[in-house]
Amino acid sequence: MAILFGSQEWADKVCEELNSSQIYKEAAKNWEGDMYIIVEPDATFKQRIIVYFDLWHGDCRSACIVKDENEKSPKYRICGPFAIMKQILDKKVDSVQAMMTGRLKVKGDMAQIMRMPRAAVEFVNGMTTFETVFPD
Amino acid sequence: MWYFVVPEVVFGQDALTRLAELQGKSAFIVTDKNIVSLGFVDKVKEQLSQAGIKSNVFDEVEPDPSLQTVKKGVALMNQYGPDLVVAVGGGSVMDAAKAMRVEYERPDLKAEEINPFISDLGLGAKCKLVCIPTTSGTGAEATFAIVLTDTDDQRKLSLINREIATDIAIVDPALAAAMPAGLTSSTGMDVLTHAVEAFSCTWKNDFTDGLCIRAIQLVFEYLPRAVKDGQDMEAREKMHNAATIAGIGFTNSLTAMAHATGHSLGAVFHVPHGRAVGLLLPYTIEFVGDIREDIWAEISYALKLNIPKGEKAGLVLARAIRGLANSIKEPLSLKELGIPVDKLDSSMDKLIDNAMADGSLIVSARVPSVAETEKFLRYAYEGKSIDF
Repeated sequence: MAILFGSQEWADKVCEELNSSQIYKEAAKNWEGDMYIIVEPDATFKQRIIVYFDLWHGDCRSACIVKDENEKSPKYRICGPFAIMKQILDKKVDSVQAMMTGRLKVKGDMAQIMRMPRAAVEFVNGMTTFETVFPD
Repeated sequence: MWYFVVPEVVFGQDALTRLAELQGKSAFIVTDKNIVSLGFVDKVKEQLSQAGIKSNVFDEVEPDPSLQTVKKGVALMNQYGPDLVVAVGGGSVMDAAKAMRVEYERPDLKAEEINPFISDLGLGAKCKLVCIPTTSGTGAEATFAIVLTDTDDQRKLSLINREIATDIAIVDPALAAAMPAGLTSSTGMDVLTHAVEAFSCTWKNDFTDGLCIRAIQLVFEYLPRAVKDGQDMEAREKMHNAATIAGIGFTNSLTAMAHATGHSLGAVFHVPHGRAVGLLLPYTIEFVGDIREDIWAEISYALKLNIPKGEKAGLVLARAIRGLANSIKEPLSLKELGIPVDKLDSSMDKLIDNAMADGSLIVSARVPSVAETEKFLRYAYEGKSIDF
């Protein structure tokens, strides 16, 4: 059954997928740092969505929907418009290429991302292993 | 959306004379002592002087250049105030020059902070970068990547940003003619690996495919000749061109698993880069296997390889690459590199960790698990074709 993007159920499912993925565990075994995925409103969807993930050494310790960006102080913030996020989750756009072309903005410890690029890629892959339905 | 980044490329006999047409007042030549002793720096200075450009030489770039060397070069650049940076050498020299240029133009940004997510570096306002390769392998004259070593932290830094690309690449075969046979063969295998991986990775694209195929053809045709007779200038020119063509190809689409595992092998056992990635290339073709069978068939077709009925193109291509490597006396297994098996065993965790963390792996058409990486390396050690 498809899960609504941006819902708590969706955040929980991503967390569950990451925790059951041996590939993610291996790629992110040294990863330390929590993260916001911030979906900015655009022409296709007018709401802002912030999903928080607590990622630590290959585990997703928790995930939740955040209303106020100041609620937490994550190590990373990945921001992008709704349409780009949707294309990434549909596997129509490569997440790293989206970051490198500025369509996704990344804020945080770049040195860690450069040392563990596969952790970031497998994190995104964890969002694409189940069917997502979008609110637009 | 993606970019295709390419410098102005001046190639062929007498390409070096392009320097005499440059506009500028002061050039900072980045090189190493070997290149100076070969007389190449004098040739460069002579051409620059014809354009009325004075030169200062920094010849302290070491193999696997360090951040510390970059900082030393930048201090001299700040003293001289050049409007041209001219790198004359192999990949290490060109990487160091690229990093120096960034720090010189952007003193607020340390070289180690360069990453693919920074935009608007604003390079080019203060100086232009000219790269003149003296080996036919790395393609660094065409790439927007830098590999530096932080000697304080004992770690390698892979720094990428498309804005750090060279302004002009001068690809003059006369400067490659001094390469000894062993260097010619290992760097040539690097060219082949760049082209095959860029053509088969998940970021392959319409702008790079043709370049990669042409580079593969050039390597198969001319590398054995360049190794056999270093003064065969047709072969030298074709291989020099192939290196830059493959460089443009892979910088715009990336390399994959042979580079991820080859970087690891190089870091742990100090195997020359081209030799490491070239040795591992046929194993990675076998590992990726059916997922890219159409790609292996395309390459095989371009090379006019005969694919017997019922046989996989990937296996035919892997065999052809081993045949090429064997003909130029490149090793076919890790054992042939002289690595003792107990050293392989004791280094296995580090080899796997390095490979799994390597950025090249993100675009591999098939990404190995930790267990598969170990099995892969053990097969490559024994010279066994990958069958899993």
